[in-house]
Amino acid sequence: MSHIIVHIVLILGLPPLLLGVIGKTKALFAGRVGPPLFQPYYDLAKLFRKGSVFSTTTTWVFRAGPVVGLVTALLAGMLVPLGSHGAPVSFSGDLILFAYLFALGRFFTASAALDTGSAFEGMGAAREVTFSCLAEPALFFGFLVLAKLSGSLSLTVMLDGPFPSGWGVAGASLVLVAASLFIVLLVENSRIPFDDPNTHLELTMIHEVMVLDHSGPALGMIQYGAAVKLFVMGALLMRIVAPFTSGNAWADWGLFVAGMMALAVVIGVVESVMARFRLVFVPTFLVAACLLSGFGIVLLLR
Amino acid sequence: MSEWLIVMGIVCHAVSGVPGLFRRRDSDAGQKLAVVLGLIGSALGIVGAVGSLWQPSVANSVIKIDAISVIFLLPIFLVPALGAIYGLTYWKQAEHIHNGQKLRLFYGLVTAAMAGVTIAANSILFLVAWEIMALSAFFLITTEDEDRTVREVGWIYLVATHTATLCLFALFALLRNVTGSFALVALPDGPGTGIATAIFLLATIGFGLKAGMMPLHVWLPGAHAMAPSHVSALMSGVLIKIGIYGLVRISSLLPHPPLWWGGLLLAAGMISGVLGVAFAIGQHDLKRLLAYHSVENIGIITMGLGLAMVGRSLHRADCVALGLAGALLHVWNHGLFKSVLFLSAGAVIHATHTREIDHLGGLAKAMPRTALCFAIGAVAICGLPPLNGFVSELLIYLGLFRSLGIGHETGWAGAAFGPPALALIGALAVACFVKVFGAVFLGAARSEHARHAREAGANMTAPMLVLVGCCLLIGLAPLLVAPVLERGVSAWSPDLATGAVSLAPLAPLGWISVAGLALIVLLVVAGVALSQRLRHGGTASSGTWDCGYAAPTARMQYTSSSFAQMLVGCFTWVLRPRVHAPSEQPLFSRPTQFRSHVPDIVLDGALRPSFRFGAKITSSFRFLQAGNIHAYLFYIVVFLILLLLWR
Repeated sequence: MSHIIVHIVLILGLPPLLLGVIGKTKALFAGRVGPPLFQPYYDLAKLFRKGSVFSTTTTWVFRAGPVVGLVTALLAGMLVPLGSHGAPVSFSGDLILFAYLFALGRFFTASAALDTGSAFEGMGAAREVTFSCLAEPALFFGFLVLAKLSGSLSLTVMLDGPFPSGWGVAGASLVLVAASLFIVLLVENSRIPFDDPNTHLELTMIHEVMVLDHSGPALGMIQYGAAVKLFVMGALLMRIVAPFTSGNAWADWGLFVAGMMALAVVIGVVESVMARFRLVFVPTFLVAACLLSGFGIVLLLR
Repeated sequence: MSEWLIVMGIVCHAVSGVPGLFRRRDSDAGQKLAVVLGLIGSALGIVGAVGSLWQPSVANSVIKIDAISVIFLLPIFLVPALGAIYGLTYWKQAEHIHNGQKLRLFYGLVTAAMAGVTIAANSILFLVAWEIMALSAFFLITTEDEDRTVREVGWIYLVATHTATLCLFALFALLRNVTGSFALVALPDGPGTGIATAIFLLATIGFGLKAGMMPLHVWLPGAHAMAPSHVSALMSGVLIKIGIYGLVRISSLLPHPPLWWGGLLLAAGMISGVLGVAFAIGQHDLKRLLAYHSVENIGIITMGLGLAMVGRSLHRADCVALGLAGALLHVWNHGLFKSVLFLSAGAVIHATHTREIDHLGGLAKAMPRTALCFAIGAVAICGLPPLNGFVSELLIYLGLFRSLGIGHETGWAGAAFGPPALALIGALAVACFVKVFGAVFLGAARSEHARHAREAGANMTAPMLVLVGCCLLIGLAPLLVAPVLERGVSAWSPDLATGAVSLAPLAPLGWISVAGLALIVLLVVAGVALSQRLRHGGTASSGTWDCGYAAPTARMQYTSSSFAQMLVGCFTWVLRPRVHAPSEQPLFSRPTQFRSHVPDIVLDGALRPSFRFGAKITSSFRFLQAGNIHAYLFYIVVFLILLLLWR
């Protein structure tokens, strides 16, 4: 029971810190002091206190976007195991619910963008749904590899490392899947080199341009939801890359948090050393991600 | 007892349009009578169908009602009755005095004939009902036969449906040859697989043509677009499923399918699913777009059926149960949400008089109920939780994963393409429905018609709400429908000797309810929290910020074509869009035009050119038939002499 509470607290509380660590890493690379680690929390608190402006063009869909985006990410967080601790909710087939919850969130965030009637946000929505079309098969090829290795269809058992036949037997497949999932993670969470969460060049962005018209608490919900999504997908990836257990249940939580911080540092490094790709190359990389995890399953089924 | 209820229901539907023929053309009485008859027929039919689940299946030489029949009968009785109510406003007799009577006559007939097909116990009744259904559908498609395009679409349908009938004649002749009777009974175990293979292939082509499987879908987009919307709902929601019924029924008669049969269906399903939704993304016509989504969903159903066949070949009861239960449930689900979508599209067309997506926009304000129904239908068709589409897709996903040999020793590597393909279909469907929902209902109105739209009347919104309620019910409580599906699976594969099939250990149906309810509760909580924060912080309204652009117009909005442009670009290799872009302009450019259009690759790319070529070749023999009686006598003499020489 206490582990379930820790799980919920981590899912609710930790995600913005990930953004703080990424920001700090980037600042260090650029030789700046950078904003404090907890800046994302201050930003969220400020947004939730602010007033909002709603466009006269919008309807209930515009307000539903942030709500659905946040709720789906949080629910998906209940399905994913954090470190060696299983998820609070786990059943055979939860991996499909996991993927489809994000799709539901995407449906409403993209619809909310179109609700403003602005061409910019339309562009963002179109890019978001287009790139997800390519990210989704990559994710499912990855799931196939994990399911085949573990003989289970529940995320908790699939990621219950170290895999019985784990890195020793199917190391090659797992490397491919991890690489592919890392690309999917960067694309789905609008990180450099695929998208830039900080740019103000509306014509080149994906996720940020969709939420241009949101303000106040609604914008806060969107940013919080985005952080939760990054956290949840990151937890999935870290479990494959570093399936370690210490033996002590509470030490495992520490291990998990350390792993997530390491992931944030890696993302920060990637963002610092790479330039953003031109938009036309994003699909190419996503197809590469599909092929990587596709190879992963071929290696297993040969 | 219950079979008589069903037969009475069928008769009620069959005659529902007849009294109206004897009424004055401008009176609504005939239409109201038809609706009442249809409702009575549907009530009798549904009671009979549900009742027959609780008694041993009826089987005599004429009719046979088992669980598979019941599963197909329920949407057949539900959707047309709701469509008839919708028609009271949408196709009012007083406003359509020239074709209203014809429409209702064939509407009742097609409903009765569909039900007839599903309860037929012998191939004669099956074919008779099939032909009545096919021809009534032709007259329904050509309701507005004064329009040239409508007639052309009708002819294409007629050719396609008769090609299908031809295949069925061959199929039933072969079946008669092997089993020795016209009854639809299982093939004996013995005979060579050659005949069984021929029967299977004929069924795939014949029934696939009716179901609209890619590349046999040529008739479907045009016919669905041109028919009145409640007829489109009937055709897309129910009629094309009769093709699936045929495939399910015939495949249940063939013992020991080889692995490649299931593989073929699985591959056909994947092609149909991915390309169906890809073509849908390229469309500008609201109803044509929905029609291509029928091709996609037929693909998903076919994947489930293919998986069940693979399961039978591998002797994997779990794959059979998950695949077939998923396919059968998707038959229901597609019947429900596609009807909602066609009916709400009809409401839009009724209010704005256009099917062109890029002329619409901002309708959610004027038509809130229609917009809500469309949104729920769109979420359901994308297979997203907590609605019904998710349940059936989940069953098929689980079956596909398992058929790979996960958690079991026997497996088939070919199924590895299934889950990613289904994921791709789902993601493309999300893209397509965000596009159409956004372009039609959100943003600002792009034309005068859209600006002056008004909400549809209660006759039109009530049927949609009923269907939406069914979508929610199946999505939130799938355990309710599991027993029916389990009976359907047992009826389909008696050779699997599993006794009672149970879905409960195979699929997390209870968890789906929990997750769906949790999702809804959390959405409400988060929504209330947001509105409280908004009240606390204060809200203001203004024009869309748009990065500070001062004078936006509705025509600057992202259109459905621009939304789809990247995806159409990814699929250029198969969509082959025709783009008429403006040529290079001088310094001070003149007004110019841009048009893009995605033609159907099979119909416009292959069939039309090849038929034209055939017509050209054969027309060079036209001189032989000059209308000259001497020449004809001469041909006869020559032919007789040749015959004599040959003997």
